[in-house]
Amino acid sequence: MIEVRDLKVRYGARVVADVPELDVGEGECVAIVGESGSGKSTTLLSLLGLTQDAEISGHVRVCGVDVLTASPRRLREIRGARAALVMQSPQAALSPATRLGVLMRRALKLHGVGTAPSAGGTPDEIMDRAVEAVMLDREILRRYPHEISGGQAQRFAIALAIALGAEVILADEPTSALDVTVQAEVVAVLRGLREERGLALLLVSHDLALVSTIADRVLVMKDGAVVESGPAARVLAEPSHPYTRELLEALP
Amino acid sequence: MTEAAPAEVRLRRTLPRIPDRFAALGAVLIVLIVLAAIFAPWLAPYPADQLNPVEAVRPPSGAHWFGTDQVGRDVLTRVLYGGRTSLFIAVAVLAASSAVGVTLGVVAGYAGGWVRDVIMRITDVFLAFPALLLSLALAMVLQPSVNTVILALAVTWWPWYARLAAASAASIATRGYVDAARCLGVPAPRIVLRHVLPNSLTPVLVQLSLDAGGVLLISAALSYLGLGAQEPTAEWGLMVQEGQTLFTTNWWVAMFPGLAIMVTAFAFNVLGEGLRNALDHRSGGARRERAEPASAEAAARVVK
Amino acid sequence: MLRYLIRRLGQALLVVAGVVVLTFVIMRLVPGDPAVAFTGPKATPEELAAAHRRFGLDDPIPVQLLDYVRDLLSGDWGISLHTKQPVRDDLYLAFPASLELVGTALVIAVVVGIPVGVLAARFKTKFPDIGVRLGSVLAVSIPVFWLALALQLVFASTLDWFPIAGEYDGELDTTSPLTLWTNITIVDALITGNWPIFTSTLHHLVLPALVVAAYPTGVIAQMTRAALIEEGGQDHTRLERALGFGETSILTRFALRPALNPVLSLIALVFAYSLVNGFLVEAIFNWPGLGRYAADSIRSLDTPAIAGVTLLVAVMYVLANLVVDILQGFVDPRTRAR
Repeated sequence: MIEVRDLKVRYGARVVADVPELDVGEGECVAIVGESGSGKSTTLLSLLGLTQDAEISGHVRVCGVDVLTASPRRLREIRGARAALVMQSPQAALSPATRLGVLMRRALKLHGVGTAPSAGGTPDEIMDRAVEAVMLDREILRRYPHEISGGQAQRFAIALAIALGAEVILADEPTSALDVTVQAEVVAVLRGLREERGLALLLVSHDLALVSTIADRVLVMKDGAVVESGPAARVLAEPSHPYTRELLEALP
Repeated sequence: MTEAAPAEVRLRRTLPRIPDRFAALGAVLIVLIVLAAIFAPWLAPYPADQLNPVEAVRPPSGAHWFGTDQVGRDVLTRVLYGGRTSLFIAVAVLAASSAVGVTLGVVAGYAGGWVRDVIMRITDVFLAFPALLLSLALAMVLQPSVNTVILALAVTWWPWYARLAAASAASIATRGYVDAARCLGVPAPRIVLRHVLPNSLTPVLVQLSLDAGGVLLISAALSYLGLGAQEPTAEWGLMVQEGQTLFTTNWWVAMFPGLAIMVTAFAFNVLGEGLRNALDHRSGGARRERAEPASAEAAARVVK
Repeated sequence: MLRYLIRRLGQALLVVAGVVVLTFVIMRLVPGDPAVAFTGPKATPEELAAAHRRFGLDDPIPVQLLDYVRDLLSGDWGISLHTKQPVRDDLYLAFPASLELVGTALVIAVVVGIPVGVLAARFKTKFPDIGVRLGSVLAVSIPVFWLALALQLVFASTLDWFPIAGEYDGELDTTSPLTLWTNITIVDALITGNWPIFTSTLHHLVLPALVVAAYPTGVIAQMTRAALIEEGGQDHTRLERALGFGETSILTRFALRPALNPVLSLIALVFAYSLVNGFLVEAIFNWPGLGRYAADSIRSLDTPAIAGVTLLVAVMYVLANLVVDILQGFVDPRTRAR
């Protein structure tokens, strides 16, 4: 689903992310961990070509599309519809003057979901099913972003990915802005997606507790460079790099 | 005491450095216009106010680039001399209103309490009039002259500077180094002069360049209405009014002074906009926080 | 919210009181005897004394101010010296005409200014943006009176596409007289179905409305551009981009609505400004509004009329500011706290 080789993201002369290898297969969950400023979010955004003013080199394939050479139009086709982004600050990620249902309907229309007769029903049915899949009430589609909680906003962002039929979810610190109990809900939804629908998940987080419960493999980043990578169980149990040990020790 | 230094350095750095191409365009135009006004006696092809009835209302030609008016005066000469009057009015208005406004504003901002309330309520009343209306009403009841226009506009304009200076003085008055100076027993007037005033000036200077265009337009409008400069003084607004009756047949008499007003106002406006963008850019962090209310405030300041 | 409303209303009332006092002071500054202006230069001393008594000019200043306020409150805005009509009746006829002109101009300004601002924001720092920025600064730099003359020369005198002056064809008053409801000609013509006057008014409106529209169009375009660029930098545009929306639809479908808040408040403020700017335009196009009335009053040193116009426009301005602040208070809780 995601295939990265020798990715380098530069702002001017400064390399903010250098990822030699990163693969996420179908139904797999890979986590990038590191402290803020380590380049993990930049890496994630560069996979969809969403970094602004950055210079990106290397080789990036997402859902079979070569992101770095694709035309803007081709890139827009995969964004959302095949690879969906879930952001850190859930409410700020939603346009304040747009009802959630309107946003979802526009996105469906944009990607032509629910128009072909063979597709899974009318847009309304698709939307209802998507919000129910993330354990939200349908009524939420009539609300504005400021009328819902952070956890609801985050689950709605995931519902967007479901409705659009995304194959990969790129989640940037999806739980760090949420309360502990709400975090658990969002994690449950993400895990359910992976198990029931076979979605691939690329997760960026500094929360090692979260990572240990969900990720198959882990990349540890520090100052833009990958310092360690491997199966989650191994990296978290027997870290080989001192920085990873530091991160683990910081856990409560 | 040394903590005030960075702000002063900043001030010096903002002014001469021209932040974008627009502002540079405005600055160049202004320099040219000011030079043309200063050197009008040398640049003008004819003596000022030279009447020549034989040559009345001639269209633009090699001898008279901008043509001549109804009494045969060279329009180019009059436009050059008119710049002196029009620019003088604008500069005098800005100087007078900013001197009064900044003084009252800094006092209000530093003193706070009831002093601030009283001064700010008075500025509210003045700001309740659209600038053109208040100056119009004032100019109407006084004897028409250049000084009347200056007085009327200065009375209209000072509250803007008072408000601006009060806001920045109030924020500076709460900074650490001002508190420190106060604790050390430095007398209030000295604190105001050495710390509060210099640091309140940057936004005022930017505002001055933004306002110059507006002041020029309103003073021209007052002169156009016959409330300002009087014949035979050359003043752009007045010249448009004199050429108005001839406009359909001899367009050049009113066209060129009007163009002069437009180009000068344009130059001031692009320069002011460029400086403001530079200032906003520099204090980018502070601007983020007050995004929404600032927009409304900005709207209020754009429209006077 | 209620407390904010009450406080804001109180402030507005205080400002209106100040405006009344300031207007009164300006009127007192007038050189010469207003009674002479009313009775004419050939009046006998008895007539003058009568006029003095009638206008209370012999009373002490504070008493005159009190009388003035009492009269204003009871709806007596004085007698115009040049029309010899109550100022309030004159304003009642002139204000709707100004409203018609400025209203049309603002419609033009919104219809042109907002799309143009969107265009500039979409192509930020590229050619269209530079064009829009230069154009909008130019629009606010043109002296209205000169623009009015220029458009009149080109499109009325030379090309003869539009009438030179007036509100509608005077002959129509006899052929198809207008029934007045609101005193706004174009609205009355529309609701009474008076098509000859309606089309004639529209035709007469084009040039003056375009001139008055220049300034608001410029500021609305600038403000829309700035607000959109700010809104376009918010977090939510990243999600919209990640959903596959293009830059144009992000701006027009997601960023524009929140960005319009400051633009809407700008419109209220620009309305009052344009009302005064329209004064100069009305004089040139002989539009029967406040501006022409004010110009006539200036010429005849008609203090009560001038005071009436000043007061009316200042109150409109205070109202516009009040509406803006209340709207802002609803939109942004932070303004309420201040």
